[in-house]
Amino acid sequence: MLRYMARRLLILLLSLFVAAIVLFVLLRLLPGDPANALVGVGATPEQIAAAQAQIGSDQPLAVQFVTYLGDLARFDLGKSFVSRAPVIEEISRRLSVTLPLTLAAFLLSMLIAIPLGILAAVKSERWYGLLLSVVSQVGIAVPVFWLGVLLVYVFALNLRLLPSGGFPLRGYGDPARAVTSMVLPVLTIALIMSASLMRYVRAATLEVLGSDFLRTARALGESRTGALMRHGLRNAAVPVISVLGIELSTTFLGAVVVEQVFSLPGMGSMLLLGIQQRDYPNIQGVLIISTLLVLLTGFLADLLQRVLDPRLRKEARR
Amino acid sequence: MSAEQTDNLTETSGRRRSRGNATYWLGLLLVGVIVLAGLISFVWTPYALSDMVGGRLEAPSLQHWAGTDRLGRDLFTQLMIGARIALIVGCGAVVIGAAIGVTTGLLAAFATRFLDDALAAVFDILIAFPTLLIAMLVVAAREEASLGTAILALGIGLSPIVGRITRILTKQVLGQDYITAARVSGTSWGAIVFWHILPNIAPFLGVNLALQFGLAVMAEASLSYLGLGAPPPNASWGRMLQEAQGTVYTAPWGAILPGLALFALVIGINLLADGLRDRFDPTKGAA
Repeated sequence: MLRYMARRLLILLLSLFVAAIVLFVLLRLLPGDPANALVGVGATPEQIAAAQAQIGSDQPLAVQFVTYLGDLARFDLGKSFVSRAPVIEEISRRLSVTLPLTLAAFLLSMLIAIPLGILAAVKSERWYGLLLSVVSQVGIAVPVFWLGVLLVYVFALNLRLLPSGGFPLRGYGDPARAVTSMVLPVLTIALIMSASLMRYVRAATLEVLGSDFLRTARALGESRTGALMRHGLRNAAVPVISVLGIELSTTFLGAVVVEQVFSLPGMGSMLLLGIQQRDYPNIQGVLIISTLLVLLTGFLADLLQRVLDPRLRKEARR
Repeated sequence: MSAEQTDNLTETSGRRRSRGNATYWLGLLLVGVIVLAGLISFVWTPYALSDMVGGRLEAPSLQHWAGTDRLGRDLFTQLMIGARIALIVGCGAVVIGAAIGVTTGLLAAFATRFLDDALAAVFDILIAFPTLLIAMLVVAAREEASLGTAILALGIGLSPIVGRITRILTKQVLGQDYITAARVSGTSWGAIVFWHILPNIAPFLGVNLALQFGLAVMAEASLSYLGLGAPPPNASWGRMLQEAQGTVYTAPWGAILPGLALFALVIGINLLADGLRDRFDPTKGAA
């Protein structure tokens, strides 16, 4: 297990390296010099040249690339073009909104999708089993910002139960308002997420229900539910976990739209603002940290799978 | 297996097939209506797109089938043009995504082990990022937002998914005996790609591209919602929704209808793709 972890960690670092290259290529090789963004429209050629010298975009690409990797290795994400504040500070402030938002939505979606997905599989021949699978299929096509706006319309504007958006300026210094302003965004993400998650849980459970080991368990006198509880769920969990890992990262990255619907000051809105203001250090910082979190999630999902399924551990040893 | 069980199995698979057919036709209907609306919008719309032809925020009526927006422009006209934009962006993005994805996927499948592993790793990393995010980056790097930029951005965003699938499908085909036979009989690799690989992976790839089309349409709406999509005079469902969000309390239809149109198109495409998969894949129907 330890050797596997070390190897997996090496892959993680390699992937991060590849991701850093991809990011560099995307941001530098496409048209438009970041220096133009720093000085703004109508700058003289001298001002542009000075800006290029300041951020190093006049250097050859190879030199730029080495500097970039060196900065990354020292966790130096640079300073924002607009606010001149260190990017890492802004990111940590924004993460305090996006991380709770994503994690709460993730937990809620599991609470919804896992029991309903299992129910949909076990009762797949009953009308409500069918209805559940239809609902999850329909749910996948619902645009996330549409659901957000509809929830605002019902719960914030008509019933006046919750705020329609925004986040208290004092952040968690104002706990009641911070929490209530998170309810609708969390619900929006969780509902969309649980639709696709439910499909995977249902498929995985159906697969296990048709397996030989479950038939054997039933032949040995266990009830259908008992056999499923004792032998089935652990087996069904293995493929679901890798899906969960992917869902968690796409939710984290996809929060940009939901943050916009509810005007939350998170990572997504930082990225959007960075794009609008051509604030390249901010864009790059958000993406590097996001990539790191995505890769870490995948790493944890892989480890958890191995803990649950001894067969995977044996395979790795071979 | 007893006779009774066999009967039972064929019966369920028969029922399944008829249900599959029903959803296939429903998907075709939904997509067909939207394609028709998009096509008609080229020759006829109830009003001109940017004319302020009614009062502000009017409810749906006989004059304005979907009501009017906050400037008094006809929403039904915008919905029709929005259908056109969604279809153009979806098709364009899928063509670009397929061009890049199929090429790199084939390259990876044919390449030496090192290049193959490297390309597979790049696909995997890029797939971890939602299409929308990659598209946002491409828009960021281009100087200004335009319809072309949106299409290019979404096409690039889709390409790693297509690349990964092409790579896997091609590797499966390459392992077949008939490829070895073709090689032994002196067929060049180029001819093998055109005569053996592409026709064999086309059905699966086609179904997947249909699903990617749905993804692209959804991502286009998100881009427009975020203000990074095609600028006016192009009416996008995403931007309509964003504009209507501020007045959702007094005029909810302005936000409900574009979302509904988007939802109908995406679910229609998904149902259609499912139906096509059942038709193309004979093993699926029997299982």
